[in-house]
Amino acid sequence: MADQVQDIRKLIRQHKLRDHAFALLGLVCMMVAVLILLGLFINLAIDGASRLTPDFFTSFPSRHAERAGILSAWVGTTLVMLVTLIAAVPVGISAAIYLEEYARKNWITDLIEVNVTNLAGVPSIVYGLLALGLFVYQFGFGQSILSAGLTLALLVLPVIIVATREALRAVPRNIREAAYALGATRWQMIQDHLLPYSFGGIMTGVIIGMARAIGETAPLITIGALSYIAFLPPSPVTETAPYVNFEWLTSAFTVLPIQMFNWVSRPEAAFLKNAAATGAVIIVMTLLMNGTAIYLRYQIRKKIKW
Amino acid sequence: MVDTVVNSAVPLSVENPVIRSKADVKSLNFFYGNFQGLKNINLTIPDKQVTAMIGPSGCGKSTLLRCFNRMHDLYPGNRYEGEIILHPDNVNILARDVDAIEVRMRISMVFQKPNPFPKSIYENVAYGLRVRGVGRRAVLDEKVEEALRDAALWNEVKDRQHELAFNLSGGQQQRLCIARALASDPELLLFDEPTSALDPIATASIEELIADLKSKVTILIVTHNMQQAARVSDYTAYMYLGEIIEFGITDELFIKPKNRHTEDYITGRFG
Repeated sequence: MADQVQDIRKLIRQHKLRDHAFALLGLVCMMVAVLILLGLFINLAIDGASRLTPDFFTSFPSRHAERAGILSAWVGTTLVMLVTLIAAVPVGISAAIYLEEYARKNWITDLIEVNVTNLAGVPSIVYGLLALGLFVYQFGFGQSILSAGLTLALLVLPVIIVATREALRAVPRNIREAAYALGATRWQMIQDHLLPYSFGGIMTGVIIGMARAIGETAPLITIGALSYIAFLPPSPVTETAPYVNFEWLTSAFTVLPIQMFNWVSRPEAAFLKNAAATGAVIIVMTLLMNGTAIYLRYQIRKKIKW
Repeated sequence: MVDTVVNSAVPLSVENPVIRSKADVKSLNFFYGNFQGLKNINLTIPDKQVTAMIGPSGCGKSTLLRCFNRMHDLYPGNRYEGEIILHPDNVNILARDVDAIEVRMRISMVFQKPNPFPKSIYENVAYGLRVRGVGRRAVLDEKVEEALRDAALWNEVKDRQHELAFNLSGGQQQRLCIARALASDPELLLFDEPTSALDPIATASIEELIADLKSKVTILIVTHNMQQAARVSDYTAYMYLGEIIEFGITDELFIKPKNRHTEDYITGRFG
């Protein structure tokens, strides 16, 4: 009897040792990833710290590194993101709802599904080439904010579709059946139940898609983003009726990563500081977006338990 | 009382002056793809009575129940043959030209696991009416209160109707689901093992509620719990391998079953 207990204890000790060993290994791997990222960010922040002043955000780029700023770049990024959001969100969510809830499950939908997942992995420069042919030349949108926004919309569309489908699928079958059993049509079920309950997941997908788009450089260079712009697009809001103005859509533009790329390629050390500062700004923007996504998901999940 | 019907192929007398039929199942076959889940089912559901369906797991009792509100229509590859005639208007609710949504508006269902929507108590009960386009607050308020009273939940929740339904206990959630099903005045109420996820006290309250409800609505209940069938139902159908083996007045079926197989099951010799 006592021997048996001794054996069991010995066995447990061995198992626990392995348990701890794996926990340690996991911790080390995680720290490597986190520390490298943190190191990069701190490095950028330190290099660029001297340039991160209010003036940096309100000045146009300049031949003099100390006077140069990212005004046209962050305005460009904001406007391009706005177009991307407006174009990609309704299309992406509708496509996901159709694929998940309406489409018959057969080989055609399987094919579409494989394609959508694949599109999420296509190199972004390929989207740039497609957009150059389609938006810039075929549709005649030119090298504009509109072309850029639509290009990035193509890029984030698969991300939004995949995330939305996951979110819809997470709503359990018994909730759907409860709605149908009360006489709801498919659209009533989607509108009253699926969309509200999966809203957190869908928003997470949208924000993660946008966070990817904000750092994209290659496709925008392909469609002809300028790297030196010392003017702002026409304001979307005007003082006289009808108070909105769409001329900004056709304006030339630059975005933060292109501005950064431009400065990195300059020989003067002072411009490298500007580049580092811009990099820090992009990372903070991405972090803020991802943080919002996590917060939203947490808030909505709190209310829903299945 | 109606004559006891032993063989389900002989329906309960529809003309009986005391108890009329609410629904007649006629030669019903049901297929999941190539698998036949129900075989030549003939059954009469007596009006304003509780009819229980019992049988071992996989015998097709839930499958039969879900034919009544055409739940099988939601998934591809399912096929019905035969008829379920709903009285008094004698409509075949399985007919292709009868919309499944119309059927579900007349026949409500309470599921195995309480499945309230992640909305307020009030909105859960009101949803069936909202689906029907009822938007007037006064009408909704009145109907919600009536349904919650009928489901014996009103006193517990009247002061917190706008709290989330998830804050209720399991038994309260199931009564909420019953209230939700009752709010739209169904003709037939289907229960799919409604107490299998509940503790004994909550189970007792649901059983009591079912007994109270039968004056208002015809009830069809699937249960794997034989004592429950004996306690709550007036009629019982025993099913095995997709067929109805025996159907009759509950007391008679449990005391002196006519079929050897039924006897084996209810005395616990198998199942």
